[in-house]
This record gives sequence, C-alpha cells and structure tokens, in this order.
Amino acid sequence: MSQNSITVTVNGKRRTASVEPRMLLVHFLREQLRLTGTHIGCDTSQCGACTVLLDGRSAKSCTIFAVQADGSEITTIEGLARDGELHPLQQGFWEEHGLQCGFCTPGMIMAAVTLLKDIPAPSEREIREGISGNLCRCTGYQHIVNAIQYAVEKR
Amino acid sequence: MPASPVLPKMVGERVKRREDPRLIRGRATYVDDIALVGMQHLAFKRSDIAHGRIRAIDTSAAERMDGVEAVFTGKQIAEFLAPMPIGTPFPSPEHRAVAVDTVRFAGEPVAVVVARDRYVARDAADAIVVSYDPLPAVVDVERAMTGQPVVIHADFKNNLAVPLVPSGTGVSADGSSVDDSAIEAAFRKAEVVISQRMVNQRLAPTTMEPRGVVAHFEPGKGTMTIWSSTQNPHILRTFIAALNGLGEDQVRAIAPEVGGGFGAKINIYAEEYVAAALSKRLGVPVKWAEDRSEAFVATTHGRDIVGYVDLAAKRDGTVIGLKLRLIADIGAYNMLLTAAIPTLTMMMANATYDIPAIRCTLTEVFTNKTPTDAYRGAGRPEATYFVERAMDMLARELNMDPAELRRKNFIQPNQFPFATQTGAVYDSGDYEKALDRALQVAEWDRLKAERDAARAQGRLVGLGLAMYVEVCGIGPSAGLPTGGWEHSQVTIERDGRISATTGASPHGQGNETTFAQMLADQFSVPFEHVTILHGDTGVVKQGIGTFGSRSQAVGGTALHMAGAKVKKKMARFAAALLEAHEDDLVFENGTIGVKGAPASARTFASVAAFAYRPVPLPEGLEPGLSEEAFFEPPNNTYPFGCHISMVEIDRQTGEPTLLKLVAVDDAGHLINPLIVEGQIHGGLAQGVGQAMIEEVVYGDDGQLLTGSFMDYAIPRAIDFPRFELEATVTPTPVNPFGAKGVGEAGTLGSTPSVVSAVVDALADFGVKHVDMMLRPEKLWRIINGGRS
Repeated sequence: MSQNSITVTVNGKRRTASVEPRMLLVHFLREQLRLTGTHIGCDTSQCGACTVLLDGRSAKSCTIFAVQADGSEITTIEGLARDGELHPLQQGFWEEHGLQCGFCTPGMIMAAVTLLKDIPAPSEREIREGISGNLCRCTGYQHIVNAIQYAVEKR
Repeated sequence: MPASPVLPKMVGERVKRREDPRLIRGRATYVDDIALVGMQHLAFKRSDIAHGRIRAIDTSAAERMDGVEAVFTGKQIAEFLAPMPIGTPFPSPEHRAVAVDTVRFAGEPVAVVVARDRYVARDAADAIVVSYDPLPAVVDVERAMTGQPVVIHADFKNNLAVPLVPSGTGVSADGSSVDDSAIEAAFRKAEVVISQRMVNQRLAPTTMEPRGVVAHFEPGKGTMTIWSSTQNPHILRTFIAALNGLGEDQVRAIAPEVGGGFGAKINIYAEEYVAAALSKRLGVPVKWAEDRSEAFVATTHGRDIVGYVDLAAKRDGTVIGLKLRLIADIGAYNMLLTAAIPTLTMMMANATYDIPAIRCTLTEVFTNKTPTDAYRGAGRPEATYFVERAMDMLARELNMDPAELRRKNFIQPNQFPFATQTGAVYDSGDYEKALDRALQVAEWDRLKAERDAARAQGRLVGLGLAMYVEVCGIGPSAGLPTGGWEHSQVTIERDGRISATTGASPHGQGNETTFAQMLADQFSVPFEHVTILHGDTGVVKQGIGTFGSRSQAVGGTALHMAGAKVKKKMARFAAALLEAHEDDLVFENGTIGVKGAPASARTFASVAAFAYRPVPLPEGLEPGLSEEAFFEPPNNTYPFGCHISMVEIDRQTGEPTLLKLVAVDDAGHLINPLIVEGQIHGGLAQGVGQAMIEEVVYGDDGQLLTGSFMDYAIPRAIDFPRFELEATVTPTPVNPFGAKGVGEAGTLGSTPSVVSAVVDALADFGVKHVDMMLRPEKLWRIINGGRS
C-alpha cells in the first residue's frame, strides 16, 4: 500500500508522519501518535466517541482520513487541559458526575467545546441538542447536561 | 502532639469520583489502548447467512497477503480448542468458538486471520471465500417451538432448549411435582380476568466501548496474561485456563478500564477463547478489537421473551391469581448464563403483591439469531413488565386508579421476610411508602388534572405508573455456578496508607470511590489515603465480579469484613504501644488512642510502622497488617421502587414524547448518593429506550436488520426530560451496611410506566395494550383506526 507524508499540529506539537491514504484520522492519532484518549465507539459516525477539534471545531475523527487532515491543527482530549489546569468542561464533568465508564467522555467533552463556542450560554434544550451527535449509554445524559451547565457558569 | 484535623464522615456523602481525573484527561487505558511488542491483530470472518452448512472455505488468497501471519478455519481451531463451556446446568448443544460445519446465526465466526495490523487483518478476512449450502432460517419463536421450518440442533427436538419448567404455587422446589388445585381455584373464583400476550422485545446492550481482548502467552514461563473488556476477570481466568490446558495459577486476567458492561461483558466469548488459544499456539501477543457492526451480531442480546399473562381478580381489585407462560427466544446457542436469565423472570413474578396463587412456566427456544444472555436487569425487567402491564390493564378494566389498585395488593411491611409463591424470600420492603413518595413527588392528582385538561383540548397525553421489586446482591453460592461470594483484602501499608483489593470489578460503577469512602470511615483516616485495587487477578487474589447489582451488597461487605479484621489486629499493636487494652482504643482522625485520653494517642502511621517492625513483637501477634475476607451473603437483597411517566403523542405523526419521569427508588442505605443517582439515571435511560426506541429486528431470512447505530436507536440527550429522583430507605438485614444494590433498578419500573402512559394516552381509541417498541408508525395506525 502506498504511503503519503502528512504534517499536522497535534496538541500544539508539529508532527510529520507517513500514512496509508486510507488510514482514518482516529487510527493515526491512536496508533501512530499513541494518543489513545480519543476512542472508537462505532463505525457509522453516530456515536461521537472519536470527536476531536480539527482547526478549532469538533469533528468525528473516524470519518476523516489522516491525509485529509494534512496541514491542520488538531486538539485531542489530552491537549485540552492547559498548564495542568483542567478545562472548565473537564472540571464540570468531574464535579457533576458527568461520566461513569468514561468511554464516551473525551468525545462528549470535545463536542461540548464547540457547542459552547457557538452558543456561550445555551439553554438546557440547546445543550441536549448540541450533544445529540454523541452517544452515552451510562449516564442518561442528565449529569452531562449539568456538567456543561457547570462549565458555562465557571468560565 | 498537634491536634489532628477532624475528618469528615464519608459514607452517605456525595463524594466526587476519584476515577474521573484519568478519564476526563484521556489518560485511562482501555483494552484497545494496549500495545505490546510483536503484537498481532485478529480479524474474524463471519457467516453472512443465518443458517447453513459450510461447503468449503478458501483461505488461499488471505494467506498470500503481505503481513498475514496465519489463517485458521473452524475445523483447524477445533483441533486445539475444546467447545465453549456454559455456566448453567441445562443441557446444551456443542458450541464451537469458530463454526466447524454448520453456521447457526448471521455473524457466527467461520475463520480467523492473524496479521500485522488491523487493516491487513480485515483485508485478509474479506479475502476468505466461504461457500454454504443454505438451510431455512428459524426466526419466529412460536413457530420454532413446533420444529418449523427446521430443527437447528439435532438433539433438541422442536428447537426446545428448555422444554418446560414450571414454578409457583403447588410446584415443588425441583419442579418435579405439580399441583394445579390452588391456581385453578383462583381462576374459578375470579370475577375479572385479564389475559394478554405481551412481547418483551430483543435488545442490544451496546456498551459504548465494544468488546476487546489482548492475549499474551509467554512460552518461556508457560503463563498467559489476558486483558479483556470484562465484568469479571476471575471468571474469565477460570474458563481461559480450563480451555487452554493451564492451571488458574498460570493465567492472569486483567480487566483494564472497561467501557460499560450492562451484563453483556459477563460472558466468556468465542473471541476471548480464540485469542488465548492462538497466542499460546503462535507464541506471540494477539489483539482483537470489536467493531460496532460486529458487536451487534457477536455480543449477546438481551430480553426477547414472549409472555402470556393471565391475571385473576375480584371486582374490588383484589388480585387472587397470576398465570405467566413464558417463551424465551435465546438465539442459536447457550452462552454462559443464557438459560438461567429467564428463570429470574419466573422468580420475580410475585412482584410487590401478595398474590395467593401463581403459576409460571418457561420454555426456552433456539432460533437462528445471536444468543441472548444478561442485559441490565436480566429477567427482572421482563417480570416487572408483564405483571405491571397486567395490573395497569386490570385498573383500566375496573376503572380504578392504578395507584390505588397497587396499594390494595401490596405485601405489607410486617410480612417481611416474605416467602414468595415463586421461591424467593424478600428481605425487607415498604412498598406503600415508595408509592406514596412517588405520588407526592409527581403530584399525581395535579398530573391527572393536567392530563384531563390536555385531553379536553384534543391532545393525546397519558400517565403511567409502575412498581417494581428486583433481586439484587446476587447472591448466595447455591444460585451461581461460580459461587456467589465476594472477596477483599485490606492492607495497612507501612506508611499508614491503606490499599484494598476487591473482586467486584467495576466498569463505571465508581467502586474506587465508594469503597474508599467506607474504609476512610472505618479507620477514620483521610479518604485520600485509601486506594482500591481491582480488575487484575494478579493483584486481587479472588473474586467473582460485578453483575446482578452486587458490588456494594456483596463486595462492599467483604471489604468491610476484611477491614474489621485488620482493624482488630492493628488495635492489638496499638494496645501494646499504649500499654492499654485493645477494647479501650478509639480510631479517630488519623490517630489511635485510649478512649477519653486523646493526649496519649499515636498517629495511625506510627502504629502501622510498628506493626511492620514490631520490636518487641507483642505476644500472640504476627508482624504486618493485611487481612482478607470472603463474604457469603445469606440471601439476595430486594430493592424496590415506583416509577411514574407522563407522555404526549403527536396526533399527526404518532411520535411519543416523554414529558416527565419520576423515580422513587429504595436501595436501602446509600454509600454515595451522587453515584447512586447516576446509576438510576442510566437505568432509566435504558428502560425508556426499551419502551420507546430500541428493538433488535431480524428479517425472515434471519438477517439482522438493526446492525448499526443507524438502525438500532439508543437514546440521545434530546430524548429525555429531566428525571426527577427521590429515595426511600428501607435497609436490608442481609448485610451490615443495609445496602441493597442499585445498578439495574432504573430499567425495572420505567419501561412499563412509559408503555402504560402511552396506552393511557390512547385510551379513547379502545386500545388495551401496545407492544414495545412504541414506534410512531404503530401509534399513528392506532390513532387512525388501523388505516395505513
């Protein structure tokens, strides 16, 4: 299989790598860069466990080839905390018990980052709609909603 | 010494979870995050037909591919891997991890590839060509019972896995003697009888993390390490050892971070057996990570029981008899607990009511579908659903308030312990208290007025109420092939910190937090000084695992017992240091001292240090502070509650919307109410999901039609209102904390309450019952008088 060279900036660090054209961005992040905080929960782009920020906006990294991300800036869950300080959303998920098994959590948090960028003070309805591209099977979502509301208040 | 700060009491507090920092930072390790040097990847070639004979498998193209290490067909695997064992005493057909000559469900493995990476492995699996002689697919369970269109397993006539098991009034414990007089008399005396066939449909558990396994056999040492996304590493160890010719001492099973279980990760699956066997055979580590599409066919499904319910009552609402005929569609094979799950439906048919005569029968049937097994609630939601829907129908028939009908029939608080007609002994309960609390929280009378006002405006609004009682804290060893105890070891380390192991292996339940809360209080040390270890048979000496809402009731008790033992020993060391009697000592705020003489107290850490260098060694003591305990519960626990729903159906589209869901749950004493709330929320979501949007559907050819998240709907955030929770507290006498267990409770009452609310909303259309799921099309047809 042929290889392509790509250069991406991941969590502030420039990386050049050689990938198969068909390699999914999520596999590139997880297996080549060993950033395993981004998860894979489905194969049809429904669950959102693989959500990362691609050039500042949330994107499902299972639906993007690594080569398509060439030249982009990517933030994964590992890069969200700054100088050891949790992002308000991370703090909110902790304070409000917004996670149980934790598998959907990184994607849920990354989706919420974009939600709050677009709507800084969302209503509960807007929060629920805003995270409906991300599935959670443990929490029933109520504590996730609380977690996002916490982040809105603390920012 | 300086005064110690007063430590807050931890048990009963809403302590935030100590698991979370690693999870919210993306620093946790799930099984697919593991990479070992030289690790090969597995991909399974799966049957694309539901039923047929394998004529030929051509693996040559796959074997020629660059990066492919090996390819094995089922026949080759069978040469070194025995059939899959089950954990129930029922007769079972041979089940090979990889099919040898016949496939019996779409998705059954037929060959496996070992390759350099997951992409190559998948390419090679796709390159395997299998030809079949197709057989008719057995899909409809009630037709299957007649042996039509074909028998799946030659030795199981009419596809009957379990031909007929009776239970209830007049049936001896072993089912061999059956006396019908009481149940027949009840129905003769009945003034009103409700009869309804109900379907508790097939569901897919869908943990957000699919399954996965890494197996690493080290030929030099002759030992196996297996990482698996499992709820019970110790049970995994037992079975992996047995099928690989190894002793349990030679296998280490690790459950790393596990992304949800819901019962589906109790089983020991084909892929785990194959991964272990291939690592042993090839001498390299191997990994298999399940795709979501695979999960829908390869991970067990849940529920799928048809119930014929007959309820006999007096006109005043007194229930005098219940008949429940159950037919379980268990799919193509028996898995670990498959056959046992529907027996729990019989066991819980007594519900919260004092019913003088009950008769249940159970038939389990093979079909050409994915096998069923435990799914959150596992048999109890089905019982609750059948009985509560029938109670709702009775209330409607008698024009009684559904709450008042329940109240009239409750088992009373003074009747506990209560021996049910179906072989359970309920530990404790106050059902009327839970009902009253729920009616109060929901403002039942106001809701009824609201509903009536909405109806008057032509809106289709309905209310539903359901009680539940479930069997949890599973359970005494007689009921489980693995034993039903739990194990813990508590160690006071040299520096005075505490580490404790538990066999209750969590996958989202937060045991690291709740168990640390318990030990912090037990020793009066800072919560931060306690570490809970789990999920690794190399660290946790013994265990059963996490299922059946047992972590707190059984695992928590073992922890407390081990803690008590080591505390007693520590007190003896402290007594020697303080020249006091151990009975006069008090553990307080990180110190141990003589009661009433705080100035003399030694720090907890200094007593620990003394225990590890005891000079002189107090008489009768061994050095060190580490004790273990096994807790064998004397009984199960029986938590209960009341769930109330309000729904509105869109007259134009038939789409139901859940407007309100009130849940009052009684799980006894709570260690961490925040975590308990989370557990209930999750259970409610799955219970509502079953009622409204979830259903595994097969075509007549046995093809799965709901094989991805595009077709199988699990609830999204937008599907729910804010749940309203309250608790009543009725402790159990079964364990010292009085905790009953709460992991599954949410799935019990919510489902029938939502369905009853929808039936209520459609009352004007003459509907008495609607089977799940509540597809808008189905409701639209009812609203439009059957017009298509």
